[in-house]
Amino acid sequence: MATAALEHDANAGHGEHQHYTSTGLEHRKIAIWALIGSECMLFASLISTYLIYKGRSRVGPWPHDWGCKTSNVIGKTAEAVQAAGCAAADVMKPILDIPVTSQSTFVLLMSSLAMVLALEGVENAGKPGYDKWYKGSKFWLAMTAIMGATFLGYQSYEFTSFVHEGLTIRTNLFGSSFFTLTGFHGTHVAVGVLWLMTMLFIDMKRGLKGATDVLLVDICALYWHFVDVVWIAIFTLIYLIQ
Amino acid sequence: MATTAAPAPAYAGSHAAGGEQTGLWSWLATVDHKRIGTLYLWTALFFFCVGGIEAFIMRLQLMQPNGQVVSAEVFNQLFTMHGTTMIFLVVMPLSAAFFNFLIPLQIGARDVAFPRLNAFSYWVYLFGGLFMTLPILFNSAPNGGWFGYAPLTTMQFSGGLNIDFWVLGLQILGVSSLAAAFNFITTIINMRAPGMSLMRMPIFTWMSFVVQFLLVLAFPAITIALFFLQFDRFFGTQFYEIAAGADPLLWQHLFWVFGHPEVYILILPAFGLASEILPTFSKKPLFGYNVMVYSGIMIGFLGFGVWAHHMFAVGMGATADTIFSMATMLIGIPTGVKIFNWVATMWGGNLKFTVPMKFAVALVALFTIGGISGVMHSSPPTDLQQTDTYFIVAHFHYVLFGGSIMGIMGGIYFYYPKMVGRYMSETLGNWHFWLFFIGMNMTFFPMHFSGMLGMPRRIYTYDAGQGWDTFNLWSSIGVFIQGLGLVIFVYNFLKSRKSGAVAPNDAWGAGTLEWSIPSPPPEYNFAQLPVVTSRYPLWDLKHPEMTADLTHSAPDQMVITDSHAVPVHEETERKTAHELGIPMPFPTIKPLFAALFMVLMVGALVLVHAISMQVAVAVMITCAALFIGTIYGWLTSPLE
Repeated sequence: MATAALEHDANAGHGEHQHYTSTGLEHRKIAIWALIGSECMLFASLISTYLIYKGRSRVGPWPHDWGCKTSNVIGKTAEAVQAAGCAAADVMKPILDIPVTSQSTFVLLMSSLAMVLALEGVENAGKPGYDKWYKGSKFWLAMTAIMGATFLGYQSYEFTSFVHEGLTIRTNLFGSSFFTLTGFHGTHVAVGVLWLMTMLFIDMKRGLKGATDVLLVDICALYWHFVDVVWIAIFTLIYLIQ
Repeated sequence: MATTAAPAPAYAGSHAAGGEQTGLWSWLATVDHKRIGTLYLWTALFFFCVGGIEAFIMRLQLMQPNGQVVSAEVFNQLFTMHGTTMIFLVVMPLSAAFFNFLIPLQIGARDVAFPRLNAFSYWVYLFGGLFMTLPILFNSAPNGGWFGYAPLTTMQFSGGLNIDFWVLGLQILGVSSLAAAFNFITTIINMRAPGMSLMRMPIFTWMSFVVQFLLVLAFPAITIALFFLQFDRFFGTQFYEIAAGADPLLWQHLFWVFGHPEVYILILPAFGLASEILPTFSKKPLFGYNVMVYSGIMIGFLGFGVWAHHMFAVGMGATADTIFSMATMLIGIPTGVKIFNWVATMWGGNLKFTVPMKFAVALVALFTIGGISGVMHSSPPTDLQQTDTYFIVAHFHYVLFGGSIMGIMGGIYFYYPKMVGRYMSETLGNWHFWLFFIGMNMTFFPMHFSGMLGMPRRIYTYDAGQGWDTFNLWSSIGVFIQGLGLVIFVYNFLKSRKSGAVAPNDAWGAGTLEWSIPSPPPEYNFAQLPVVTSRYPLWDLKHPEMTADLTHSAPDQMVITDSHAVPVHEETERKTAHELGIPMPFPTIKPLFAALFMVLMVGALVLVHAISMQVAVAVMITCAALFIGTIYGWLTSPLE
């Protein structure tokens, strides 16, 4: 199959086939902003549901508090729960592990930096100084994808350990709303990683260069930064604020 | 009619002329916005007949007390599918038919921004609509009302596949609407002809522009509400599980955050069509264009702040009730402004009552009736008396039938000559109009009374002697009259394709760009991009006295970045895109397959309850792989 995106001339963006547009911007640039606007409402609905359901679960485990498997005792420490009459074997830990998630958050934030450098690499492809591997788009696209995948790795570890601690998507309202919200975000990251790997593949095959390719990477970057910004909101509202 | 204005062009009524393709394949693989608009129109009219038959059976059942036509269960499916069909499969796609056909023509563009995505939207709509409608043949159509209130729609209270089809069907249709909305936002922002500033766009395009933003911002809320319901039903989450502490109002809030903007998604395109028809047949520019634009934006904006007026009866408390009541009354202002502006457009005009004009005037009158009963509900104490009665049914049919359908019908008669190159019959059109107008009022006006006398919505039968009998009989007779009107319309619509009077470029003497090109338009629409210097470029050309009061810019003062643009003129030459050297998008079947695989992927979730989780997951993964593969094939093949 003929593959335009793979085979086109690197300078085609400046060619005579460029269509007239009212704003001078490429169509895809506008569409991606509309998509991001829509995604904001999607995550707003998910996050508000999580916040509305915060503290409404009838049974544990709880996000930030210690609980008890046999009663509805809640406490700030294990001792407090035991003092309220819970047997040591029945004590449930708070689910959210802020230190571990801080690490994955850091990785995801750094991936945005890598994304910026990848875009810079495409914008300056072929210019002096950008032929070094650590200045080029291939390295930084790969780094972004790797960091995104690392975040997903952390998330699977997190989900697995939560299930071991007794929280599934069916356990309580916290479980339902937490897994759905972070799962939606994780799916967005996964789509982003797939997108980045596609960009990387094209870059390896024929080299990303020229105005059209800058646009290709630019819209990918806008999506990636958006997914990152959403995570900042989720991390703050769900993990940090108790 | 202006049939004598031009000699019959040789190509009229024949798509084959001008080097265009014909045959089934040309439709399956089309990426032409005009053909996709035509597909939307035909499909939506088909579903209009389906939804009409559903209403017809319901009115047969309710014609007399203790009706025996259908069972309570079938009646549940009928009213659910009537509402769902008319909203998601009829009025929205009919509007989409006009978005597709008209927006590029009105802004002087050669296609939409993403032609293949456009085809994808249509195919998703078609397959999603069939997915939701076909189960009615097996007595397992959705049966929980078009609003599908959870927890009523959770497995505990609604086992069986009925609600599964509804939840998944709406998710599928949401994809179609969102994809189309991104497309049209980009098209309108980025593809306006040189000189067409935002405040020179035709009002239909403006109202469509507002609607696209409503779609983009409102649909995510219902998408999430549906995901929760889907997860509850298929994976055992507890979003709507009251025993687990869930909020019984969660669904209602999420649904109406979508549901109220949806009301404006349904009505604003019809407002836009009326705003094209009224100036044309009044021979006057639209009165207060700027205010029409601002009020449209205002309606869209306020539309997000009034959702809880659908929930006055659930006990939200005095503060919430008061705020939403005031916001609702506020939204009456921009809507009222529009009504007055239409009246002022006609005032002192050289009125010509053609069929489209009659429909447009009917919209102004009937929507006003529905709008006024709407203002009545905005008061919570009044609303408490009316909630879930036939009074509400009367209200929203006056705005949706009297408003949306009347406006869209006017639009069909108005733009038919542009779409097919021939006029629809005025005689049959008049019969259609009067049967619809009389039948519609006869059906829905008595519902105000049966509602006030306490007849609840959605009951499948009622006892005699409660004062409802006569009103119900009138309502049913009215539906039969409308049914007759619909039959005449369908006949007229089909027959006029071959035998209607041939239409010239400018079928009605209108002032906007779409009338400057041949009817039906060539595949590339405009041989050269038109340079626009005012709101009514064609009237500038033909009737400069009519637009003398409007602001104009001289073409030589404008910065034209496209060297091929020329001043607006009537295009009569008919060459192929190839002869003119205009690159056109290649036809491709990939959007159809992408849509098919996506619909199967989402729809296969139904197999969880129908067969087993394993089978469902296997089918879904297969379809997902095929879907992603098709998308990659699509994205890596050249557009033109």
